Amino acid sequence: MSDKTSSNGPLVQVDRVEKVFHRGSEDIHVLANLSLEVPTGEFLALMGPSGSGKSTLLNLIGGLDQPTKGSVRVGGEDIGRLSGRALSQWRARHVGFVFQLYNLMPVLTAERNVELPLLLTHLSRAQRNQHVETALAVVGLSHRAKHYPRTLSGGEQQRVGIARAIVTDPTLLLCDEPTGDLDRKAGDEILDLLQGLNREHGKTIIMVTHDPHASARAARTVHLDKGQLSNEPAK
Amino acid sequence: MKFLPLIWSNLKRKKLRTLLTMLSILVAFMLFGFLSAIKQALVGGVSMAGKDRLIVRNKVSLILSLPGKYQQAIDKMPGVAASAHLTWFGGIYQDPKNFFAQEAVVPEEILDMYPKVVLPPEQKKAWLASRTAAIVGRKTAERFHWKVGDKIPITTAIWTQSDGNQLWTFDLVGIFDGADNKTDTTPLWFRYDYFDEGRQYDKGHVGWYVIRIKDPDRAAEIAKRIDDEFANSPAETKTEPEGAFVQGFAKQIGNIGLIAEGIMGAVFFTILLVAGNTMAQSVHERTGELGALKAIGFTNEQVLAQVLAESCLLSLLGGGLGLGLAWMLISRGDPTNGLLPFFYFPTEDLLVGVGICVALGLATGIVPALQAMNLRVADALRRMQ
Repeated sequence: MSDKTSSNGPLVQVDRVEKVFHRGSEDIHVLANLSLEVPTGEFLALMGPSGSGKSTLLNLIGGLDQPTKGSVRVGGEDIGRLSGRALSQWRARHVGFVFQLYNLMPVLTAERNVELPLLLTHLSRAQRNQHVETALAVVGLSHRAKHYPRTLSGGEQQRVGIARAIVTDPTLLLCDEPTGDLDRKAGDEILDLLQGLNREHGKTIIMVTHDPHASARAARTVHLDKGQLSNEPAK
Repeated sequence: MKFLPLIWSNLKRKKLRTLLTMLSILVAFMLFGFLSAIKQALVGGVSMAGKDRLIVRNKVSLILSLPGKYQQAIDKMPGVAASAHLTWFGGIYQDPKNFFAQEAVVPEEILDMYPKVVLPPEQKKAWLASRTAAIVGRKTAERFHWKVGDKIPITTAIWTQSDGNQLWTFDLVGIFDGADNKTDTTPLWFRYDYFDEGRQYDKGHVGWYVIRIKDPDRAAEIAKRIDDEFANSPAETKTEPEGAFVQGFAKQIGNIGLIAEGIMGAVFFTILLVAGNTMAQSVHERTGELGALKAIGFTNEQVLAQVLAESCLLSLLGGGLGLGLAWMLISRGDPTNGLLPFFYFPTEDLLVGVGICVALGLATGIVPALQAMNLRVADALRRMQ
């Protein structure tokens, strides 16, 4: 675990969570009695080998999946108690997602991709455009606003993905292998950006990675192996 | 409206596929438009038939005549307001393929019976003044480029003249229009007195009677009374509403409505498969994107609505263009050059077409939309990796 920790109260509280997937007659225990607290404003790296349950844990924190047992509270809200629609609305307001493969809409320009979460708000078109411009400026892509994803490099696409994640100014950023599909240089740029968002904009970031170089940028690193957390890498 | 660019962009994702699907929908709806117009032309007489009119014809067959003296008896019956008789001429103008109806009538009677036939007063006067005079509907006049003053030679194999001649010549003194676009403006009507005097046989007989009754609710009772009156006579009658009579006439060609509906059913079923396949592929290809949309906060219902809106937009664009093109082409005129009594795209069918567009959009989109709605976000995102 890194020595850089935040002094703020926990934004994310994962309490004795279990996650079991059913495949045919087989039960696969992905997470077992796992607890974790992430203070507000922390940049946490979640490491572990493939199949260790990193992405599953991230999905539970982001309300994309429900725990089999235990609870996940974000900002004091027990998100396991939210219904499908309420959970969607909660995600739209409080969480920004950054995906390994960017998951941009290829048919929309960078600015229209960034605008997507704002379509769920009551903002006017002018207000939406203002927010989009700001988000693209934060990630340094104002000059590429009118470009389609296919004309952007991987690093630029991921910047668009990050702009989309922050455009609604969410409290929590969940990043699933954000540099996993990028070369070292582009990856470093993305990590710089995430670090900046954490330090300058106070975003709480949970980043799943298997890259020690990426985790070194986080304030704290926890390791997940066989559904259990530890402070040391798996052997 | 703010989601429209997203929906439109998704349709543009595979431009060729969308274009081909849209074209197939367009062709289907054009066909729908033309079949509606043709069906209307062939069986439309049924819907335009007056509810207050009955047809009295020979019970044995439509081609057998009735005695002319029946008219007096019919006119005296309670509930009968007026009567007219028509006799089918079955003549040929220049070429057998130039088919149109020609009927021997009594001018005052027929004009009184069909008030939607609009004939200028001076032309009516000329028709009443000359025994060889005839009037024709605007459609047939335009079809053969006839004008008032022309002599119209018509040959008939049915009605030989007393001198053995099968050629009859009529003086065209009037061209009538319809008060609305549902009025048949194809027949040629000439005077019965001229015809009856000139023909070799069946003198004093008529083809059928049209009678107007005072109260349409008493149609069945009056029809029975007429048929009872002439029961056990050499020419028994069959009295029926005008609509049923016209339908019987149209059925000589076949059940046009059923044929048209059968063709359209097959076409729309095929389109349902084509457009449904397009939508299913489109949704399948962007499972990850749909997962991302849900992750950023789109609700299941919003995703469902988005896919349905896409399929409806595709259907409305293709169908709307098809209906519009059909309307435009049909408005340019009858492709048979006047063979059909009327040729137009009925407004009610146009509205049915728009309804089918929406129904097609919903039907083709509902399965992929439900799949998209029920997609679990975590699974969808996993499939991207």
